[in-house]
Amino acid sequence: MTALLEAPPVVRKATQNRVRRENRLAWIAKHSIAIVLVIMFATPVIYLVLLSLMTSNQALTSDYWPNTWHPENYLRVFQVTPLPRYLLNTVVYAGLATVFTLASSIPAAYALAKLKFRGSNVLFLTVICVMMLPPQVVTVPLYLMWARYGLTGSLWPLIIPTLFGDAFCIFLLRQFLLTIPSEYLDAARVDGCGEWRTLLRVVLPMARPGIAAAGLFQFFFSWNDYYGPLLYTSENERAWTLSLGLASFHSVHHVDWNLVTAATVLAMAPLIVIFFFAQRAFVQGITLTGVKG
Amino acid sequence: MTGIRLRRNLTTLSFLAPALIGITVFFLYPLISAVYFSFTKFDLLSVPRWVGLDNYRRMVDDPFLLQSVRNTLWMVVVFVPVRIIGAISLSMLLTNLKRGAGFFRTVFYLPALVPPVAATIAFVYLLKPGTGPVNVFLGHLGIEGPLWFNSPVWAKPSLVLLGLWAIGDLMVIFLAAVLGVPESLYEAASLDGANAWHRFRYVTMPTIQPVILFAAVTGVIYTLQYFDQAAVAGSIASGQASTGGGVSSSFGFPEGSTFTYPLWLYTVGFRYNALGYANALAVVLFVVALAVTVILLRRAKAFSGEES
Repeated sequence: MTALLEAPPVVRKATQNRVRRENRLAWIAKHSIAIVLVIMFATPVIYLVLLSLMTSNQALTSDYWPNTWHPENYLRVFQVTPLPRYLLNTVVYAGLATVFTLASSIPAAYALAKLKFRGSNVLFLTVICVMMLPPQVVTVPLYLMWARYGLTGSLWPLIIPTLFGDAFCIFLLRQFLLTIPSEYLDAARVDGCGEWRTLLRVVLPMARPGIAAAGLFQFFFSWNDYYGPLLYTSENERAWTLSLGLASFHSVHHVDWNLVTAATVLAMAPLIVIFFFAQRAFVQGITLTGVKG
Repeated sequence: MTGIRLRRNLTTLSFLAPALIGITVFFLYPLISAVYFSFTKFDLLSVPRWVGLDNYRRMVDDPFLLQSVRNTLWMVVVFVPVRIIGAISLSMLLTNLKRGAGFFRTVFYLPALVPPVAATIAFVYLLKPGTGPVNVFLGHLGIEGPLWFNSPVWAKPSLVLLGLWAIGDLMVIFLAAVLGVPESLYEAASLDGANAWHRFRYVTMPTIQPVILFAAVTGVIYTLQYFDQAAVAGSIASGQASTGGGVSSSFGFPEGSTFTYPLWLYTVGFRYNALGYANALAVVLFVVALAVTVILLRRAKAFSGEES
């Protein structure tokens, strides 16, 4: 850099040109890589959509472009499978789980982030351990517990626990609430607010982005969940979710790949739509799960 | 005075009550039960009978367990680092793009939203040996593509490809970390004559190191519970019976190459109904997961988010 400034003007100009040319080459290289990667990331979805619009015969070939377009495949999926029921089950499961998780996790996260009490460190470490625990570890005892209450064969064993907080959600919200300056809370307390009113009136409005992120994560987790519904509802097809229906759809209609892919597209579409409306909350939420450098 | 303190404690308790109940009923109780059950033998219809260490002894010569442990270890050794390297590379690329970074970021992120079952189905079709577009494309280049999900050698690498496609979450975490590296550090390095690689190696890497540790630990934990994709890929690629109703016999297809530890645990517990043995497998899984978590908690203080 300093050498550049001391050089005679002509040399300096030549060097600048070289630097600029190199920059342009680097620019082209980087953007070319990025564009190739975009093609690679987008291909699976585009291919699925195209396949879902073919006839079932063409879907068996190596063609990637439909000879004739068959959007009615999407209607047929509804006719040949109980898709509306799967969809309803999935919406109920994901919807209730999200509302319940937020309602039960926000107060706990607030206490961990903003209230001083004995054992708060131990509790926080426990929350992290629960978060890190592979669900398979406690599967058998929990299954036996729900079987005793006759709730296996339904989605309730997956919904009821969300009334009692979710470790990941508590963790995420705590990280977010730590970023809210305590002065706001102190001001509310001086004005005579109790802790619950401080939480509801002051903290909740300020924590909206964090709550949105935590809610979206829970919703997506439940929507995509396969292990849970497989465990509790596999014997009762009436309680199946989209993930479960999709995985078994193939075995029933394995020649009709156009229909299988149409169902697959239908299962992922709502999530992508939600993402475009809530992109910022998402990115912020994921960033919170990581460490601040 | 004590009255005020009591009231404050009661308030705190009211905030924590649901979570405390949840941790007790859905974590501590089943965990302790699992440890107890691991010393017993029973199925869904019988009462647990104490058998001491039998279940743990049984592990020693269980060929399926050995196979599943091998597969899960393979995933830990390959899947986790490949995803971390991929995510760092993508985030470095994104921070270096001057135009369209937002568009690229969205496209790279989106696959992470696709439900695992749907993504797995998509990849099995994409990688179909005969007519799948990937092998057709490779054929145009004069390369004979592998059998992917139908080959015992290539099935796990195919799952890694699937994991790379859905790398969005990890990428966003690393992107935030890379963007958080102070610009002044780069400037100082440039003045010392560091080239791009040096800046990455000696400025970026050390600064984002806690994030790499975090990603490694959560990645290992994720791999230990890897179930959905392996189960669905085996079922769809084999073209066999459903994974929805009951437990599929296609677990691990082809030739057990995708048979992970959680798949074996599930099979033992809910297909063979050997619930005592399944709990012993669960206890081993818990010990391993806990050990990995402890590494994280001890090494990365930043993770606990303490303000001090």
